[in-house]
Amino acid sequence: MIELADYLLLSAILFAISVAGIIINRKNVITLLMCIELMLLAVNTNFIAFSHFLGNTTGQIFVFFILTVAAAEAAIGLAIIVVLFRNRSTIDVEQLNQLKG
Amino acid sequence: MSFQVLVFYSFAAVLIFSALMVVTSKHSVKAALFLVLSFAAASGIWMLLEAEFLAISLIVVYVGAVMVLLLFVVMMLDVDYAALRQGFVSKLPVAAIVACGFFILLYSFINQGVFSDDRYQAPPPKPADYSNVKELGRVLYTEYLIAFETAAVILLVAIIAAIALTFRGRRSRKSQNIQKQLSANKQNRLKVLDIKPVIRQKSDESRPEEEHSKDSNLDSAESEATKSEKAESKSTGSDSSKGKPA
Repeated sequence: MIELADYLLLSAILFAISVAGIIINRKNVITLLMCIELMLLAVNTNFIAFSHFLGNTTGQIFVFFILTVAAAEAAIGLAIIVVLFRNRSTIDVEQLNQLKG
Repeated sequence: MSFQVLVFYSFAAVLIFSALMVVTSKHSVKAALFLVLSFAAASGIWMLLEAEFLAISLIVVYVGAVMVLLLFVVMMLDVDYAALRQGFVSKLPVAAIVACGFFILLYSFINQGVFSDDRYQAPPPKPADYSNVKELGRVLYTEYLIAFETAAVILLVAIIAAIALTFRGRRSRKSQNIQKQLSANKQNRLKVLDIKPVIRQKSDESRPEEEHSKDSNLDSAESEATKSEKAESKSTGSDSSKGKPA
């Protein structure tokens, strides 16, 4: 039988992988976006596992809203990347230093 | 029961493998496709947790919409992905250390026995007529109605923002340009052209009679002027005489 701890462990592994991905692919904005999506997936898996094992649907409602916000974030993030590429013709994070704050 | 264990471990293996491939793959298109695979595997795990609606919506919303958008953007941008992988190997040990530290931290929390089987009993399987969508909808439209409406507004804002950011066509607003209006003067608004009347050639004998008589009704001073010009034009040629203003 699968315990709650197994699901939590799975999402912990997923979260650790995506943290590593953010550190490795620090230059590529698109891969950074993908790593954030993976992190959200890990968090959502946690929510659903707790919702299942506690017998409470509120966790699934949370996941519903996280999915909504993540979809909006992905759409706006990709639009920003497209505009960025039009203006600078690169998506390298280290070259985006026009705003010298 | 062992079938569930088998399903869990196979989906978990696919999920972790594809997540690793997302992080380490050379090309972003490949990474996006592996992200699709990892979403599909996560959807299987959610299905195992009896969250059917969310599993299906993960497939529909993520695999169907967001990932297609991501692939579209990745393929549209002509990015030198090899240059973006500069320093990939040098960052690898740091990333491995941070990820291992993170995982050990989380594992030490999980493995304290708080989430073990005797405290969190797995609930019995739901009956066949249980509807996850119905249950979710009942909670969503009563307790979380305001949050639901807010989510709708967030999606609307996302639509408007994505269009407004990437729109490149002509902005056909009927707005005033005050600067242009104030700097206008009489010279560039009104232009008086000095147009001479149309002059017909005298040699055009074949035209009907009534037209000829209409021509003779022109006022006498002008016909005097045209007569002399006609004579001149007949001598030089017929091309310059066809009613051009001087």
